[in-house]
Amino acid sequence: MFSLPPYASSLERVWRAALVVICALILLFLIAPILVIMPLSFNSEPYFTYPMPGLSMKWYADFFQDPRWLNALKASTIIGLASTTLSMTLGTLAALGLSRANFPYRAAVMAFLISPMIVPVVITAVGMYFFFANLGLNNTYFGIILAHTALATPFVVITVTATLTGFDQSLIRAGASLGASPTTVFRKITFPLILPGMISGALFAFITSFDEVVVVLFIASPDQRTLPKQMFSGIREQISPTITAAATMLVVAAAVMLVTVELLRRRSERLRGIRS
Amino acid sequence: MSVTTYSEDRSTLKARLRRAERMQRLRALGLVLPLFLFILVVFVTPIAILLTRAVDNPEIADNLPLTTTALKDWDGKDLPGEAVYAAFAEDLKAAQKSKATGLLGKRLNYELPGTRSKMLQAGRTAEKMTAGPFKDAFLKLDPLWGKLETWQVIERASHRTTSFYLLKALDRQWSPTGGIEQVAPDQRLFVDVFVRTLGISVGVTLATLILGFPLAYVLATLPPRHSNLMMILVLLPFWTSLLVRTTAWVVVLQTEGPVNDLLLWLGVTNEPLPLIFSRFGTIVAMTHIQLPFTLLPIYSVMKTISPNYVRAARSLGAGPFSAFWQIYFPQTMPGIAAGCLLTFILCLGYYITPALVGGPTDQMISYFVALYTNRELNWGQASALGAILLAATLILYAVYNKLVGIDKMKLG
Repeated sequence: MFSLPPYASSLERVWRAALVVICALILLFLIAPILVIMPLSFNSEPYFTYPMPGLSMKWYADFFQDPRWLNALKASTIIGLASTTLSMTLGTLAALGLSRANFPYRAAVMAFLISPMIVPVVITAVGMYFFFANLGLNNTYFGIILAHTALATPFVVITVTATLTGFDQSLIRAGASLGASPTTVFRKITFPLILPGMISGALFAFITSFDEVVVVLFIASPDQRTLPKQMFSGIREQISPTITAAATMLVVAAAVMLVTVELLRRRSERLRGIRS
Repeated sequence: MSVTTYSEDRSTLKARLRRAERMQRLRALGLVLPLFLFILVVFVTPIAILLTRAVDNPEIADNLPLTTTALKDWDGKDLPGEAVYAAFAEDLKAAQKSKATGLLGKRLNYELPGTRSKMLQAGRTAEKMTAGPFKDAFLKLDPLWGKLETWQVIERASHRTTSFYLLKALDRQWSPTGGIEQVAPDQRLFVDVFVRTLGISVGVTLATLILGFPLAYVLATLPPRHSNLMMILVLLPFWTSLLVRTTAWVVVLQTEGPVNDLLLWLGVTNEPLPLIFSRFGTIVAMTHIQLPFTLLPIYSVMKTISPNYVRAARSLGAGPFSAFWQIYFPQTMPGIAAGCLLTFILCLGYYITPALVGGPTDQMISYFVALYTNRELNWGQASALGAILLAATLILYAVYNKLVGIDKMKLG
């Protein structure tokens, strides 16, 4: 699978083969935990050992019959969708502004807007816990949605800005000079070009919220028990096979999102005329 | 056409251009403004509150107001006089009514361990005191009130802001003579935790580099039809929920888990190894989570390196390894710096993974921020630890911006 130059020495060939083996092992390390946990979710016995005595779907049945898991799924979905919508709106507008030519202090403003991604989430969580206590926002859906929006927006800013780099501003001028109103220019030119970035950003924002547990641990009550919080307490107390079923479904969801984002990225590059 | 009209024309054109540019800039600012304000209110305000909490010190000043005033005239060299004790008794009576003695005891206890119950006792006794001399009454009640150190601590704690929590976060305190000294050896805790946090972060960063570099190299040099599938294998864990991956590691590493089963079966070991709740488990799980963050920047840099340089080196007589080491490797440095710095910054703030996969001696600084907020309810200490962690993160973030540039940050 490697194309080595014809002048390669035999030592080089051996080294190249060794490298492939090493990389295969590293890939195995990356993928192994996921591969180990998925089959265990079909185990007929509540153990985490191989070989499995038999197959069953009962942990999935458990998941969909246990009101705690179902409520957690519902809470996570509500919070995820709401904070995605909010961070999409704020993040896309900001990215459009930032990618205008000669934006003042662009790097500093960008660093500021991205900072929620960098600051350790415990610090954010404790700060919000203090702040929201003053406002009566602790233990409310609204509070969690605000917090998750702050954490998720950097991802939208980054992905949409990335689709706008190399964006030919003369396209907008061309549209305007041909008589299109700014709204039409946005609808017909800008929007289709940034759409892939927006969808990628939305998916990133959604999984950021859907995956977030630290802030929820601090500012939510049991009424807003999200899926990650349910898993977290599950692992802390008694790890039940239902967790592996939930984990497997989340891995499948992640795989679907990953493929979507990858396809969108390629489409975006094609639209902008970038060839790899 | 005269000269004047020409220059007028030019100046109006210039002015109009400038106006148009200003309008555009305002419009761009207007687009960014909503998010800017949102982050300022929802994200920066909470952190500002946390930072003020790290030096905020209202307990004594609020609940012992007369004592605070009386101590202003005290020289701090000998035990305070009757006036201070009288004020103390008066304050304690009021505190007993407003149920603040517990808070006072808790605050004093931070600096003088074991004094909480004595403060409660003093509160109950003060309620019954009617006439002086108060000093003798307190001295008789407990030797604590006759110690110079107690009053020095109360005097210091009566100021509205304090460096106590920040010093404590570095295992330091004010000495009786007014200098800064280390706390007693049995109370030293946080410097160890900071060192451990740095150690784990360095270890994980190195591990991700050692694993990520060869993988990035192969990904960057393979033809796309092979590398695409490999890239998906790299990115899938990246997209999978952090809790799912942590759960997976708990299952994989546990005492009766697949890895121990395999090792037993292979005869490598006779009894299950303590893989989980250990430093080893923490580093393995964190390396797994951070690997894509280190790998992706290295990969994008390697993609841009033309193979011609190595070819040229080879044709000039360099061996394959020296061509790689002297020509290819130096060109990957920007990617290595970007990836390692990002991973290191993110590692400093880890909380969930060490909490679930690590043992008690593997917990990092974030764990203690959470512990002091939720369990100990010592928010000053939690905030001080958080402030130091935040400062370290922001300094490194500034270095990252300077070195790499925030625009270069890519996802997937």
